[in-house]
Amino acid sequence: MKICVLVKQVPSSDALIKLNSDSTWIKEDTVVFAINESDSFALEEALQIKEQTGEGEVVVVSLGPDRAQRAIREALAKGADRGIRIKESFPYSSDPFEIASLFAAAIKDDNFDLILSGLQSDDLGSGQTGVILGELLGMSTATLVIETELSGESIRVKRELESGWFQWVAMTLPASITIQSGINSPRYASLRGIMSAKKKEIRLIEKNDLSGSIPSLQSIEHVYLPQKTKRTEMITGSIDQVVDKLSEILKRNIKIL
Amino acid sequence: MEILVVLEHNNQTIHRMSWEAVAAGQSLGKDLNLSTTILIMGSDVSTLAKEAATKDITEVLVAEHPLLETYTADGYARTLTQVIESEQPAYVIMGHTYMVRDFLPKVCAILKQPLFGDNISYRIENSTPIFIKQIFQGKLMAEVSPQGNQPYLVTFQSAAFQSESVHRGAGATIRNLSITLSDEIIKTRSEDPFQETTIDVDLSSADIIISVGRGIGKKENINLVKELAEVMGAQIACSRPVVDAGWLPPYHQVGSSGQTVSPKLYFALGISGAIQHLVGMKGANNVIVINKDPNAPFFEIADYGTVGNILEIVPKLTEAIKGG
Ligand SMILES: Cc1cc2nc3c(=O)[nH]c(=O)nc-3n(C[C@H](O)[C@H](O)[C@H](O)COP(=O)(O)OP(=O)(O)OC[C@H]3O[C@@H](n4cnc5c(N)ncnc54)[C@H](O)[C@@H]3O)c2cc1C
Repeated sequence: MKICVLVKQVPSSDALIKLNSDSTWIKEDTVVFAINESDSFALEEALQIKEQTGEGEVVVVSLGPDRAQRAIREALAKGADRGIRIKESFPYSSDPFEIASLFAAAIKDDNFDLILSGLQSDDLGSGQTGVILGELLGMSTATLVIETELSGESIRVKRELESGWFQWVAMTLPASITIQSGINSPRYASLRGIMSAKKKEIRLIEKNDLSGSIPSLQSIEHVYLPQKTKRTEMITGSIDQVVDKLSEILKRNIKIL
Repeated sequence: MEILVVLEHNNQTIHRMSWEAVAAGQSLGKDLNLSTTILIMGSDVSTLAKEAATKDITEVLVAEHPLLETYTADGYARTLTQVIESEQPAYVIMGHTYMVRDFLPKVCAILKQPLFGDNISYRIENSTPIFIKQIFQGKLMAEVSPQGNQPYLVTFQSAAFQSESVHRGAGATIRNLSITLSDEIIKTRSEDPFQETTIDVDLSSADIIISVGRGIGKKENINLVKELAEVMGAQIACSRPVVDAGWLPPYHQVGSSGQTVSPKLYFALGISGAIQHLVGMKGANNVIVINKDPNAPFFEIADYGTVGNILEIVPKLTEAIKGG
């Protein structure tokens, strides 16, 4: 089983996001980056499938600037076999169609049986790349997956639907599947894993060697802080003052104590 | 054709967010002076088509095929692609539902046309819409411009438009389209949808809910919240990462993939306020938010808020309430 895992490096969930000077993007230099949350569940799922079947390889594929190398290394430390990075100094200028087309061009000769990716990235949240890539490569696709069952040439997956509903969907391989968080418990890298990751191959691909005629279909022009829709009474002061005011509000204003 | 709104249904009813998409289509149509048409795909959707025809639109298109009786990503994507190719709409609008997430990117891939997903609004500049969406899980907004030619595939987030604002019309005509599908192109087999039965805590009728997010840090700290809940007579809820990490069982989760609640008080502790969480608690009468990040999106919908550390505030609040 040859499994490809798409991994994106994004600002970590508790990063304080600030705008850059011309409000075209964020200030990246003060942000801590991490592997996109649902991607790390996708990686874990790939590693478990490989362990179950006892053969094959897990290849981590990412598009990003040099900092993204760290995300790939981390995935290799957890057990992925090798990495591929498409070099892109400013990944946010590429839209999902463009990124998926670049991935398709980079991996088409690898003939993966399975592509796993997070259901969406926690930065732009488009949730399109895994599906577009699967379609471009003529694969079966499924999204929002929270359980997988592999049997021979086919895979059966449990999909999350809205309002607490679920559905099993079966398909033949090759398939591109997007993973919802909570499907498993992602492992930590062991010390041995971290050591051996240093020797694993990360192939670098120049974006321009792939692009050819891939069009850019959309671009972010401007970013800004959201406007408040409700008047919020902000409680300030020392912790004791805040606690006093909160109990006061619970009693007098909301009348629940 | 100018604007095509695609309706989603479960063979019986039209999805709420599809009516919101119709409202979006009518709004965009008014701003750009374009006509709006509705498309319904399925195997036997004549009743739903009649319902759609009561809206103020030009036409209802019906794409029926036996292979569309149950939803499949391939069936829907191929059908919509054929309709777009034959009818040539400039905009294709849908609600940003789980089903749309599943198949619409395929249409983007087949047609090589852009998909502007999950927008909360748009604005018009030089007769072209600029789409506005949340990024960084609601921490920022982004304006996204189309590049290249139409058609543009566009989806709107839940509640971006109001279904009540859909204009009724004089009765639109219904036109049947012929669709070519074969078994081979449908690569997935779907089983019947089901609900997981173990709902031990019904939060939908709770009056006071204390909801805890990843900000609580670790499983042991959940006890701090339990103690506060006890003295307040509250039920405990949480965000998805808390369930994913195994800190609380799944039935405590509020949001688009959890429960929907409408308590008198929703007290959010260390939750950032991503839309998938907020859709589950928008019906709350009062919202109090404690978060260490002054820019946490949850503050935008809070009645009362305080910027601070829940690990410090929560135990003291428990003591204060205990002491009367
Ligand atoms: C299809 C889909 C469905 C989803 N369904 C759901 C759903 O049903 N329910 C749901 O909740 N999510 C759902 N999500 C996930 C959602 O997008 C968010 O990722 C999630 O709600 C974030 O949870 P959180 O706010 O607890 O965590 P984070 O985003 O990590 O936020 C933690 C917050 O805690 C604050 N904090 C940290 N430490 C402290 C401290 N000591 N004191 C005070 N504040 C602190 C931080 O500032 C931050 O704002 C879904 C996502 C997708 C894509």
